[in-house]
Amino acid sequence: MIQVRELHKHFDQTRAVDGVSFDMKSGEILGFLGPNGAGKTTTMRVITCFLPPTAGTVEVDGLDVRTQSIAVRERIGYLPESAPLYGDMNVVDYLMFVAELRKIPSADRRRKVRHAVDVCGLGEVLRKNVGQLSSGYRQRAGLAQAILHDPPILVLDEPTRGLDPNQIVEIRQLIKDLGRQKTVVFSTHILSEVEAMCDRVLIIHRGKKVFDGPKSELSYGRTGKERIYVELRANGDVAQQLRGLPGADAVHVVSRDGESTRLHVEAPRGRDLREAIFDSAVQQGWKVLEMRRDTESFEDVFRELTKDEQ
Amino acid sequence: MSNVLPIFKKEVRSYFSSPVAYIVITVFLLICGWFFSTSLFVIGQASMRNVFQIIPFVLTFLVPAITMRLLSEERKSGTFELLTTMPISDIDIVIGKYLSALLLLAVALFFTLGYAITVKSLGNADAGVTVAGYIGLLLLGAGYVAIGVLASSLTENQIVAFIVSFMIIFFLSLVDKVLMFLPAGLANVFEYLSAEYHFNNIARGVVDTRDLIYYASLIVLGLYFSARALQRRF
Repeated sequence: MIQVRELHKHFDQTRAVDGVSFDMKSGEILGFLGPNGAGKTTTMRVITCFLPPTAGTVEVDGLDVRTQSIAVRERIGYLPESAPLYGDMNVVDYLMFVAELRKIPSADRRRKVRHAVDVCGLGEVLRKNVGQLSSGYRQRAGLAQAILHDPPILVLDEPTRGLDPNQIVEIRQLIKDLGRQKTVVFSTHILSEVEAMCDRVLIIHRGKKVFDGPKSELSYGRTGKERIYVELRANGDVAQQLRGLPGADAVHVVSRDGESTRLHVEAPRGRDLREAIFDSAVQQGWKVLEMRRDTESFEDVFRELTKDEQ
Repeated sequence: MSNVLPIFKKEVRSYFSSPVAYIVITVFLLICGWFFSTSLFVIGQASMRNVFQIIPFVLTFLVPAITMRLLSEERKSGTFELLTTMPISDIDIVIGKYLSALLLLAVALFFTLGYAITVKSLGNADAGVTVAGYIGLLLLGAGYVAIGVLASSLTENQIVAFIVSFMIIFFLSLVDKVLMFLPAGLANVFEYLSAEYHFNNIARGVVDTRDLIYYASLIVLGLYFSARALQRRF
């Protein structure tokens, strides 16, 4: 559905996007992650034909953003960052205006606008000027204009920005629902959002792609290892014993106080050492106080991936 | 071209739902009315000549006031990004906005027809001269509005847009009054550049293709370069 190949976008000296490639299949929800200024917005702006690429190609539904720009725009619903809408129009007038720009036949316009209003829960503010809406409603009005023409692709730039926790949950649910029939790209720097909403994650940092894969993959981190956390009560050098286990790549002592020792045991991915550790503990007469598979937290991985090399 | 209409309608509504249109029309009519009535009551002359002389001058600052926000506001408020990602070409956006400003100007001119009717009922004014005058004013206004749109497309600051378009329009309206200070070769060129020179030709009742080409090129160039300016996204 969306095909990005070696995309570069430079502004004077800065390389906002520096050779990013990815593919999206129809019906996918892609979370676009990265620190501020990583190039998320710029990439989205190229996909939506707001900015032409400096180099590389972007195709939407097989259409090139440079040469078939209008056709690409017809297939995309776009919510820019902070939902810039005309403040002097009321919600209905604004949506009718967009419907006209979107070339929805006049007989269908009212129905489509009503549908978008219902889906986005705008019923109470129809006659209010967009400029007077709270940021939650404003964001929803922005979403309503994006889905108005029922596009196969939605590009949403920080759709939950500036919303309170309740509204965030609502908008997330809304996007998830929309994602059942549509291809959705959304950007965020809230990590829990990605966990809650999408299957696939793409992280970019300083204009370069640093991670692209399913969400579950991300929890292995860059080391790509299985990690087990154990707390044992035992005498003697527990770590040395565990290092001898077949399949244990590394053993790190996290902390030790009195008789209890906490350790991380690392193993190649896909290899579960829990039973082996348990057996060896029984053999040695250790007491297992706690044992769990440790997945690196999302935040840790994100920080690891987007750390600046000093 | 079908995309011009939604933009046009939206901008017209935006003019008339805000004080802009009413202020513009009121100021315009006050100034024109002042000059019309002084010639009528003080000099005792029932003629449109004074009105036709003052309107081009009023337009030099009125047109920039009408056009200054058309495109610069879009950039300033960020709505530019949504508008340019709609399936509509840049030139359609420009033409829609241009026509809306031209309509507002035409409405303002329409109200001055009251003076023409007064003149007609008081004396034996030449209807041909009046019609020619209005055609000239519409062409002049159409050219000025194109310049205003261009200035508005270049900046996100309305004040800058106002000043830039005012300076260009002021130059074009004034240049034929300083011809005598120029060397003969240049004088011809600058005379042709002068917007008021062509207006005076048409207002005299002589509609020459040279004059029409002049205004047509102002409009075409203004709109073309506005659309080009929209391609600069920041």
